[in-house]
Amino acid sequence: MSERVLICGNEAMGEAAVMAGVDAYFGYPITPQNEFTAYMAKRMPEEGRIFLQTESELAAINMVYGASATGKRAMTSSSSPGISLMQEGISYLAGAELPAVVVNVMRGGPGLGNIAPSQGDYFQATRGGGHGDYRTIAIGPSTVQELIDYMQLAFELADEYRTPVTILADGILGQMMEPVTFRKRKPRKLPPKDWALTGAEGRGQNIVRSLWLKEGALENHNYKLQEKYKKIEKNEVICEQYAVDDAEIVLVAYGVAARMVKAAVIKARKHGIKAGWIRPVTLWPFPTEQISKAAEDFKIFLTVEMSLGQMVDDVKLAVEGKCPVLFYGRPGGGIPGPEQILEKIKQLSITPKATAIKS
Amino acid sequence: MKTVFQRTPTLKNCKTHYCPGCGHGIAHRLVAEAIDELDIRGKTIGIAPVGCAVLAYDYLDVDMVEVAHGRAPAVATGMKRTNPDKIIFSYQGDGDLAAIGTAEIIHAAHRGEHITVIFINNAVFGMTGGQMAPTTIVGQKTATTPKGRNITTEGHPLKVSELIASLPGAVFVERVSVSNPAQIRKAKKAIKHAFELQLNKTAGLAFVEVLSPCPTYWRMSPVKAMEWIEDEMTKVFPLGRLKDVE
Ligand code: SF4
Repeated sequence: MSERVLICGNEAMGEAAVMAGVDAYFGYPITPQNEFTAYMAKRMPEEGRIFLQTESELAAINMVYGASATGKRAMTSSSSPGISLMQEGISYLAGAELPAVVVNVMRGGPGLGNIAPSQGDYFQATRGGGHGDYRTIAIGPSTVQELIDYMQLAFELADEYRTPVTILADGILGQMMEPVTFRKRKPRKLPPKDWALTGAEGRGQNIVRSLWLKEGALENHNYKLQEKYKKIEKNEVICEQYAVDDAEIVLVAYGVAARMVKAAVIKARKHGIKAGWIRPVTLWPFPTEQISKAAEDFKIFLTVEMSLGQMVDDVKLAVEGKCPVLFYGRPGGGIPGPEQILEKIKQLSITPKATAIKS
Repeated sequence: MKTVFQRTPTLKNCKTHYCPGCGHGIAHRLVAEAIDELDIRGKTIGIAPVGCAVLAYDYLDVDMVEVAHGRAPAVATGMKRTNPDKIIFSYQGDGDLAAIGTAEIIHAAHRGEHITVIFINNAVFGMTGGQMAPTTIVGQKTATTPKGRNITTEGHPLKVSELIASLPGAVFVERVSVSNPAQIRKAKKAIKHAFELQLNKTAGLAFVEVLSPCPTYWRMSPVKAMEWIEDEMTKVFPLGRLKDVE
């Protein structure tokens, strides 16, 4: 499939997962990701692979856990409230070091919220979300093409580092149709899954576990996880930048919000305002270094999110007080449009620097 | 000299952490014997619960996974669907299966997953300190029913086997006990049969409930605990085969 096709984000992710060799999909209906589940219901049996509609999101993530423990590529998809239910399983996956891909097509919250697009689950996706000292890789694509392109990577990162990987989309990305090309990247070289439970024929017993009772054992297990996370932070950051070098105002945004930001920045440049943008593609690992470097010369940072400010914390941690970090966002299904963002940029461009620092 | 009894190889040669007189040791042995007699160690994957048997993988020498409290039937589903030729079993207690994991076991049975479930019913939460389980019998004193289980506030004991047997997806349901040698032999037969059905690709879930003593939290001697199963528990949870193929 190398020709251009028109497809919605949810279905595109489904086909990309099939291309990436997913062996099993387990999911429970929830809006706005239902096209994904329906696509897999049709597509997986065609490939002789496993599709199962589960009794709950708890069951879905634990079925993923089971399939993954046997060395299979397994995934689930859901939306915010469902992902909250899966946090127990994600913590166990992290603790037991099992690969998995979890797609979150975010909707408005908290609680049942609404079914409108949102970026309110950034904290949950990048901080671990469940109990314990762990991180999960989180990828935030901003186009339907990227939903496809990063799916294979998600499975490869999961397998390489034996960790759950979240793809953080939102209701707009899941629902909107865009012309795309399905292309397969050269696969990464991955370590063998010699830890997998396959029946102990001709070898000693394999155990997949997250319980470490002996004194010091859990502390050591956590250090081992930490080492892995350090390696991920060093090697796996993906980030895009535009016109940052000479920029006086740098906007930081991810996912769909980054598309609004791009449009606003291009308009701002036409107005003679020196604006640029940084777009984290991996939300964890976060492009701390890239943002820190950009903050070496004085700039005003403006983080734009479809929430009331979550990623902005990471931007502040990266900037380390060297420059002012401001925020603009809308929660609960509100979309910060290019015109509104441009307005903010214009205001900042006439603000004297000293005032900006104080604000 | 003729060997009349020996440890079955799938049961590891080690001390367990179980209390004296606990039924888990017997149930483990029966599972291990069934696996060895059917010669399926090389293709069996076991699932340990959260509860006293969480370390079952330290005693059973098969590939094993430890999972979140109550989720074993979902994990088993993920394993069996992607590995139809493997033998998948879960080993779960009454807190795990009958309290927090009711949705998972009901739906695994309802879908007719081709798995084997060994359900240890000792009418109490063991690992957390002897609290009431859904299977605690009326009047039984526990850490959280200090005056004894009262049906007006805590409800009746949950009869899981009867519940599972009512689902078309379950093909074999039997309640056994490990309270005396004759019962242990019956328990062994049932457990072996539950594995055999899976081995023979009989469509559906095979479920064995094992009434098992917890002398520690019943506050009884091991001998008294065995008697209590026969005198009290079996009145509420009658032994026998509730359902089988054909
Ligand atoms: S607490 Fe009860 S069930 Fe747990 S090991 Fe002791 S006797 Fe066995």
